[in-house]
Amino acid sequence: MTLRLYIPIDAGALAVGAEEVATGIRTAAARHKVAVDIVRNGSRGLYWLEPMVEVETPAGRVAYGPVAPGDAESLLTAILGNGTHPLRRGPTEEIPWLKRQTRLTFARCGVVDPRSLEDYRGHGGYQGLERALSLGAEATVEEVVQSGLRGRGGAGFPTGIKWRTVAQTKAPQKYVVCNADEGDSGTFADRMIMEGDPFVLIEAMTIAGITVGATKGYVYIRSEYPHAVATMEAAIPAARRGGYLGARVTGSSFAFDMEVRVGAGAYVCGEETSLLDSLEGKRGLVRAKPPLPAHKGLFGQPTVINNVLSFASVPIIMEKGSAFYRDYGMGKSRGTMPIQLAGNVKHGGLFETAFGITLGELIDDVGGGTRTGRPVRAVQVGGPLGAYFPRALFDTPFDYEAFAAREGLIGHGGIVVFDDTVDMAKQARFAMEFCAIESCGKCTPCRVGSTRGMEVIDHIIRNENRAANTALLEDLCHTLKFGSLCALGGFTPYPVMSALTHFPEDFGAPSRLQAAE
Amino acid sequence: MSTMQPGSRTQTQASWDKELALLCIREHLNREGPLLPILHALQEEFGYIDEAAEPLIAETLNITRAEVHGVVTFYHDFRRAPAGRHVLKLCRAEACQAAGGDPLAAQAEARLGMAMGTTAPDGSVTLEPVYCLGLCAIAPSAMLDGRVVGRLDQDRLDSLLAEAQQ
Repeated sequence: MTLRLYIPIDAGALAVGAEEVATGIRTAAARHKVAVDIVRNGSRGLYWLEPMVEVETPAGRVAYGPVAPGDAESLLTAILGNGTHPLRRGPTEEIPWLKRQTRLTFARCGVVDPRSLEDYRGHGGYQGLERALSLGAEATVEEVVQSGLRGRGGAGFPTGIKWRTVAQTKAPQKYVVCNADEGDSGTFADRMIMEGDPFVLIEAMTIAGITVGATKGYVYIRSEYPHAVATMEAAIPAARRGGYLGARVTGSSFAFDMEVRVGAGAYVCGEETSLLDSLEGKRGLVRAKPPLPAHKGLFGQPTVINNVLSFASVPIIMEKGSAFYRDYGMGKSRGTMPIQLAGNVKHGGLFETAFGITLGELIDDVGGGTRTGRPVRAVQVGGPLGAYFPRALFDTPFDYEAFAAREGLIGHGGIVVFDDTVDMAKQARFAMEFCAIESCGKCTPCRVGSTRGMEVIDHIIRNENRAANTALLEDLCHTLKFGSLCALGGFTPYPVMSALTHFPEDFGAPSRLQAAE
Repeated sequence: MSTMQPGSRTQTQASWDKELALLCIREHLNREGPLLPILHALQEEFGYIDEAAEPLIAETLNITRAEVHGVVTFYHDFRRAPAGRHVLKLCRAEACQAAGGDPLAAQAEARLGMAMGTTAPDGSVTLEPVYCLGLCAIAPSAMLDGRVVGRLDQDRLDSLLAEAQQ
């Protein structure tokens, strides 16, 4: 009998020793003269349990974690015996942290072998494409529109509307581009999908291609993600061999093929027009809109450009229908959001759930508070351009509009947790510093204003003309917000102003509690 | 299966050679928007983008040398000089800051006696900041020669520094 184990090959699992654990278990198995088949899956997203080893049993997969290389021998002995081990977490699907999630976009991630097209097909893969082909282009666009899916990269623009615009624009060549330049700190969902379920992205881009009439696709992946690049570069030829890419997609009359392009360390290339310039071989400068990429995108041609998660949600929408997806969520935020809990958090990882869960539930209940055990003081939601929220705002539901109403944004769904040792003036200064490092230079408020912003915050911290400099900082943020073409300059004021508004005591002002007394 | 980490640096990078550079350039000419793939190929081959590569690329792609120079200098990844034998990147972004990354970065600078963004005089190591490796749930994180490391603490940093100084 061969023992089947699952040990992730996800970069996050490798970073905490998954490779050494796999080696240790192979060695232990050889010593016990037991045949083992180790499947290198993606991560289930329970990073607080990584490296997580799963064992296939007649009753389903059973999880152990976090496993250290030194645990290999005792773990194998336990598995061969009655399964009792201090690291045993029980049946994977029953782990409360996973069980309470709604996994639509991430249904297969961590479950399947990311290198196996067969495994993908065996878990519902390519059923969305099949239905799209039978429905035809117009009905497929309508399904995506009706699902209510909005851009998961952060802007929240309806995905179906983008597709419809490209479909209706006539051109000799159209493109499908996937924005996999996931530069926001606190986010890793795109990376997980590409490393754990690469075929879902290929299927989605293929659906987009045949729907809008594009024959060529590009996945622009940031260079900081070498494992994702390697997995996608292996999956694309596998899909081609399987007849899912090429001159006749699954034997149909549609042609679609795609390739990976690697970024070069510029955060601003996560902005879609800057990414398109980068793909064209230029400096990643932001373009003024209009024209929209849907009209004039890559090489001036109509282009569908979506985030990894937006694309990865399409196959299940096509497979199960728009109503199935739309029934989840709240208000104008439909479906599920893969939320990423990061930073100083006890139970960090990927938590996919319907829109509407409150920030407090996410941080205290799901996240379990801080890893250091100290009180949570602030959370930054939505990456480096997202606002810092204090506990007083933890009743905010996870929803595009609810966050916007409180001068924040959900962005790409990353939440970074800070304990009470954080210095919010320092965080505000870093927001300006990051903007200065990463500005593409096109807009003066962003290029120059970010450096001036750092200086002004330094003056405030040193108590030099504090009142006047605080007013100046507010004025500068206003200029950045309304004088920049893209979100880098336009949204840097969010972390700065939220830090100043909610944590004035860190800038030398009396705290709001004291002021109220 | 192979245990080689993708993205790891080859230890035997070639020194500048015009013919070899032309081979790298020509390999990507049939692609749309070939400039970034070309620059990545050159850096993979030589470890940096030699200034002498710029006119070669400009001529081959029929664009100005200024355009090529603009692209090379725009992106953080492209080096103008060879890196050290090891490249240690420490994540300095918010999630790693929240998890105690700042004091670890300061310790790395102190232990190596060099500032972030520089290469040791003996050519052993280049120390660089990186803004997010996507390992934010197991922060703080680092990357040594393409190998990712999470849950960085004093001990793990010490062993990375020892490895980097070899």
